[in-house]
Amino acid sequence: MIRIANGQGFWGDSLEAPLEQIRRGPIDYLTLDYLAEVTMSILQKQRSRDPRAGYARDFVDMIARGARDIVDRKIRIVANAGGVNPESCRQAVAKALQHPKIKIGVVAGDDIIDSLDDMIARGVPLKNLDTGAPLESVRARVQSANVYFGGRAIADALDTGAQIVITGRTTDTGLVLGPMIHEYQWKPNEWDKLAAGTIAGHTVECGAQCTGGNCQVDWQTIPNYADIGYPIVEAEPDGVFVITKHAGTGGRITVASIKEQLLYEMGDPREYITPDCIADFTTIQLKQDGPDRVRFTGIRGKPATDMYKVSISYSAGFKAIGTLMYSWPNAYAKAQASDRILRERLDRLGLRFDAIRSEFGGVNACHGPLAGEPAPGIAEVILRVGVRSGDRSVVERFTKEIAPLALNGPPTVTGLGSGRPKVEEIVAYWPALIPKTEATPQISVQEP
Amino acid sequence: MARVQLVRIAHARSGDKGDTANVGLIALDAAFYPVLASQVTAERVKKHFEGICLGKVERFELLNLGALNFLLHESLDGGGTLSLKADAQGKTYSAALLRMEIEVPDDLLSKTAL
Repeated sequence: MIRIANGQGFWGDSLEAPLEQIRRGPIDYLTLDYLAEVTMSILQKQRSRDPRAGYARDFVDMIARGARDIVDRKIRIVANAGGVNPESCRQAVAKALQHPKIKIGVVAGDDIIDSLDDMIARGVPLKNLDTGAPLESVRARVQSANVYFGGRAIADALDTGAQIVITGRTTDTGLVLGPMIHEYQWKPNEWDKLAAGTIAGHTVECGAQCTGGNCQVDWQTIPNYADIGYPIVEAEPDGVFVITKHAGTGGRITVASIKEQLLYEMGDPREYITPDCIADFTTIQLKQDGPDRVRFTGIRGKPATDMYKVSISYSAGFKAIGTLMYSWPNAYAKAQASDRILRERLDRLGLRFDAIRSEFGGVNACHGPLAGEPAPGIAEVILRVGVRSGDRSVVERFTKEIAPLALNGPPTVTGLGSGRPKVEEIVAYWPALIPKTEATPQISVQEP
Repeated sequence: MARVQLVRIAHARSGDKGDTANVGLIALDAAFYPVLASQVTAERVKKHFEGICLGKVERFELLNLGALNFLLHESLDGGGTLSLKADAQGKTYSAALLRMEIEVPDDLLSKTAL
């Protein structure tokens, strides 16, 4: 049995969780997910300003803080922290480790931005999976393009003896499946086992969201959220596994908490498609296996497709969001009046937006019309107005119409925050597919 | 028969894929799954989310988990970074679905003592 821990559910997750996973009990592998869908474009921008940048710096800091334990306890680490510059990330990690004998592997080859035009010319349309539009329609605005490699590429890197594997874009599930393939030498056609490893990866990829975080069942009695334990997969060679956490940590792992995470961001549960296999979530059998332990059996998988998913980011205009807070009495009526006044002023200025949206925090921002009418004596309401446009100047002008309402609109208003809202560039996500023959993982190892 | 909100007999989690929100609805007790499966249809969910879900609703059954998964298309104001919604990822749609009222046999409610 091997223990594979997750210590990071997204870029921005707890800085302490990876170290707690290393220090609070036995683990063989630590996996860390640092990439969100549009993270690559941010990293791409950082690299264009500084050729040594473009990876997750949090990861390097974590390695520096945990170096002694990682070395002494021979913990192997798999992280997609490489972003758009895994080689620089490797150098920074080697420096942080200060231990020349540790091999660091890199999985690259996912960055296909330089071959996009060639692919389009050869008839690979890179159609948007959601809308069907061809990439050509936004080609000039593309900022990054990366293939999602799977667990197989990570296993290949581990097979070289690397103790730390840094990847660019890989599937979140592959970070966990990779160590299983490596340890148990699962073959590319052992679909049931690959599906089991993939489902283990899906369960832990959002960190504490399977160990009691965000859990709706009896959340008031979930112990010690402040010290919530992150998940650990105890994986067997036959594809059976248990999800658990270190003894003494907070949170709670039950069949209910696990079911919630299994359904998170789920599409068709019979067809969970990854580069490694297609996993069937309708075959999972769950059983409570002692306190804070849930056992998974029965998982079936199907052959992988011959396509890779690609994550492309492109510049899609500008947006700004402003807020104003109104107090009792008549808080909701004041916020509604303020919204009407603001829109009238925007009209008078002749400003046209691709979208404008008003929400009333405390009334309907979460559940819209399902929330019904607020209580008449409602203590306070937050007006939140957002606009979007391809033209930066109209968004800019909008940001200057919010603040005046603090003085020239309905009374008892506050909550402007730090003044005018900021104009943000929108970097949107363009999911597409390419044939697997179009990209190959590049694995390299830095020899000690 | 008792008319109760889904929150009495189910829990849920929601998330996003682009402009599509997914809501996983899970029976708190296996005995409630048939009630969910027969009453919480794609059509009812589409009607429940009127004004929020502008596209179609798809439903998938996970008998093994006592759960249903719903895909609510065109529900996130464009989704991702394009969205102007405070809840651009539909994280609270799980609770929004639990507002729905359904009919549950009295003996089922008392037997499970939730």
